[in-house]
Amino acid sequence: MKLRWSDVTPKADYLNRRAFIAAGAVAMAAPAWALTGKPSAYSTVQKPNTLEEITNYNNFYEFGMDKTDPARHAGAMTTDPWSVEIGGMVDRPGSYGVDDLAPANALEERIYRLRCVEAWSMVIPWIGVPLSGVLEKAGVQPGAKFVSFETLYRPEEMRGQSRPILDWPYKEGLRLDEAMHPLTILATGLYDDVLPNQNGAPIRLVVPWKYGFKSIKSIVRITLTDRQPVSTWQAMQPSEYGFYANVNPQVDHPRWSQATERRIGAGLFGGREETAMFNGYADQVASLYAGMDLARDY
Amino acid sequence: MRAVLNGWLRRIPVWALWLGGLVPLALLVWDTLNGGLGIDPIRDIEHRLGRTALYFLIASLAVTPVLRVAGVSFMRFRRALGLLCFTYAGLHVLSWVVMDMALLWGAMARDVVKRPYLIFGMGAFLMLLALAVTSNNLSIRRMGVLSWRKLHKLAYLAAPLVTLHWIWALKTFPLEPVLWLAAILVLLALRIAVPRPIRWGIAASPK
Repeated sequence: MKLRWSDVTPKADYLNRRAFIAAGAVAMAAPAWALTGKPSAYSTVQKPNTLEEITNYNNFYEFGMDKTDPARHAGAMTTDPWSVEIGGMVDRPGSYGVDDLAPANALEERIYRLRCVEAWSMVIPWIGVPLSGVLEKAGVQPGAKFVSFETLYRPEEMRGQSRPILDWPYKEGLRLDEAMHPLTILATGLYDDVLPNQNGAPIRLVVPWKYGFKSIKSIVRITLTDRQPVSTWQAMQPSEYGFYANVNPQVDHPRWSQATERRIGAGLFGGREETAMFNGYADQVASLYAGMDLARDY
Repeated sequence: MRAVLNGWLRRIPVWALWLGGLVPLALLVWDTLNGGLGIDPIRDIEHRLGRTALYFLIASLAVTPVLRVAGVSFMRFRRALGLLCFTYAGLHVLSWVVMDMALLWGAMARDVVKRPYLIFGMGAFLMLLALAVTSNNLSIRRMGVLSWRKLHKLAYLAAPLVTLHWIWALKTFPLEPVLWLAAILVLLALRIAVPRPIRWGIAASPK
């Protein structure tokens, strides 16, 4: 069955229901499509962008190259049933459902800054689970050094894939220590609801200190490997998009400066703000790159 | 047919073209004030102004080929088409300076000399500026018709630069600006291939 927005329980209703449960009158399961996550110390206190902004300004080239294309066309993607193949150098390879990977009782709310390589930014309240827990569940073998990810390939539902804009299916990758970092999550929700399709339903990666394109959407495959994977943008234009893609105001994209960014929703005369090293997460992640030349390993 | 069309065209005052040409600007202002621009209005304003400038540039480039090939004269409107192009190009640059770059002059200067798409865009804008300031009868008299014409051939250099500016700014290879570039090259080719008006009357008359 395809879940529609009209099937989603109105927030007021499920809030009532929750109050009802809290009163201890009936033990009732919360509806599957309403998500709540425990607040997290990793969240920023910055004000999140509105749901309208987050869901109507997307890069998801599988549905078209314009920022409004995903909201218009991603509804055609079937997200239920869904399974994620976890394989490669793991002890328990197999096909996992979204609920296996991100069970309701493990969900956290992570309000993260998002910095796009195109020099705009947003603040997004994700609901999800740390990727490290998921990988531990699958049992990472000692030789594994990298994690690679793959997006759904289904041209009949993803109209952008009928054109060779990118080398489909979309692929991304992380070093194992980046993947195991507590900031790295798999998100299944947004603003207390399931992820809208244009934001990468039903399950996507979020790596807040890297440019947005590293946070691959609609994941169907996670593979542990001992070799550095090649990501889609890196394969397409290696001089412009590196494997690491850490947000770095000192290393420009060849065609534009990364020193500043424009916050979506700031208004016509909102100005620009300075981009922070590692998108403001330097305290947590800078040590991962100690001794590396980030101008070379960009 | 051609004569009728030319007769009609002669009756349209140039200010009517200006009025029509400013409709896209009015629509943009309307959409801006009414929140009709989507999530990132700055980007939409910038892009719509830039695109409209290119459309007017191509229209002005089409005037001579259309006259030579089809015998229909839009010559009276060419200056207005060019100045409308410059109006939109100027507003496009202004929106970049004020809204997108928020008057960060140092950053803008560094970018303009370093980034190919900004070099193309700024180069084209400077050419259009030179054409706009000489788009008056006094300039034609002062410069002499021949050198004025030579200068205004710059439009054929500015136009491809504008499309390259568009193509280079995007992350993947886009179709639309490539089609406009092709249209510009066709117009230029026509200009070279058809140096004189086709003499329709003689070609169509019996032996």
